[in-house]
Amino acid sequence: MPAPSSAPIPVTPRHTALVRVTHWITVISFFALLITGAEIVISHPRFYWGEVGNSGTAPLFKIPIPASRDTVPTGYSYVMPDQNGWSRYLHFEAAWVLVLTGLVYGTAGLWTAHFWKNLVPPPADRRLRAFREVFARYLRRASPDETESHSYNVVQRTAYLSVIFVLFPLVIWTGLALSPAFDSAMPAAVNVLGGRQSARTLHFFVSGLLVFFLVVHITMIVLAGFWRRMSAMITGHVAAPSEPK
Amino acid sequence: MSDISRRKLITTGLAVTAGVAGLATASRAVLRCGLIPPDSGGIYGPGETLTYAAQRLLTRHSLAREFPRRMISKAPFANAIAPPSEAFKRHQAVGFSDWRLSVDGMVAHPTSFSLSDLKSLPIHNQITEVACEEGWSYIAEWIGTPLVNVLNAVGVLPQARFIVYFSIEPDWWESIDMADALHPQTFLTLGMNDGDLPVSFGGPLRLRVPRQLGYKSVKYITRIAATDSLKRFGKGLGSASPEAGYAWYAGI
Repeated sequence: MPAPSSAPIPVTPRHTALVRVTHWITVISFFALLITGAEIVISHPRFYWGEVGNSGTAPLFKIPIPASRDTVPTGYSYVMPDQNGWSRYLHFEAAWVLVLTGLVYGTAGLWTAHFWKNLVPPPADRRLRAFREVFARYLRRASPDETESHSYNVVQRTAYLSVIFVLFPLVIWTGLALSPAFDSAMPAAVNVLGGRQSARTLHFFVSGLLVFFLVVHITMIVLAGFWRRMSAMITGHVAAPSEPK
Repeated sequence: MSDISRRKLITTGLAVTAGVAGLATASRAVLRCGLIPPDSGGIYGPGETLTYAAQRLLTRHSLAREFPRRMISKAPFANAIAPPSEAFKRHQAVGFSDWRLSVDGMVAHPTSFSLSDLKSLPIHNQITEVACEEGWSYIAEWIGTPLVNVLNAVGVLPQARFIVYFSIEPDWWESIDMADALHPQTFLTLGMNDGDLPVSFGGPLRLRVPRQLGYKSVKYITRIAATDSLKRFGKGLGSASPEAGYAWYAGI
């Protein structure tokens, strides 16, 4: 009878190289999209519902800022500098990076069962009570226990799945619906959203939800221990817990 | 060799082979179909090339959405940016009766058309949306002759790959590839909403390219040229837009 192996338990990284690389590429392209998207909004900070909308029609709502075009009635006499040229070039290039990275991540995530193993909540957690318990811990400001350095709780899993499978697909769809050429090939892409201006308004709101996720995500990382969580997403390994002072 | 590393080797080998084959096929397709835009240099080139190539493969023959008459905007937005030049005002003073459109370059019969010459070509109408890169839009009925009728009349040579078009206003010119130039909805537009095309909307003659953003629909057209290369025009980036920092292809 051979003796039980004394070899160390293989160290599996907290995050695989694929998850880490695609995560940081997404971070870079998301920031590029966010900044350039804001610049594009500045050229017409009015939003509409339906197919058409312009400075001569009533907006759904306005963002109370000066515009980078003197044809937009903003109430300000100041016209901001036009940044749309490079903003549009970079917006679409970053969108390609995001979409291609997402395709690699999504395909690999299905292939390696990453979604199933790490993100789909285990059956015991698929109930409201599990969510309530996590939120109660958050509200008590209890520090996360050590298992949460190695796995996600049900609220995290739900948030990540929503971002990956709902918000990103929606923001890509509503963005594509703003392309007149794409719409010529797939008119339903814009028609089911209620028209071009509805698609633009939805694109703005879904982007807002992604920013909301980002703010909460970073806040939670700071509360959980910024450098420990960051190094796990950079090196793949969880640093030893620091001694309580 | 353990099973794991053999499997890894085979998978990697297959992936590399597929990748190389895919790249080779893609580059052949790109060269054959002309899927590279003229502003493909620089840091934004890869994104522009992907967009243009993907949309050309997807949308070569697709038609821009047309709308029912009841959706025509009661408040179309003219976006009149600059006052017209003296040259334009001279034509305006005589009701555009002396307006000419010259067609030259890679054509069998370079020709100069008057507005009534253009009106004698088959006239079509379309109710399509103008979408500006800024975000706003409106729907109007556009009346004119498809550009392809003029191109057929002058006999565009088969080696022509782009149509370049110029406004009477200085430094206002654009170009489109043959897929858009021969497209049935690309109009030399003479009328709007059952009347003449108002000056503020590009009258007397505007080239409407409804599958691209508004800035490709240049107002006050006086010249069209067929060419196999955009290098000869301006800074060689395809149109005035890239020279001002905007993308040449605006199908987005």
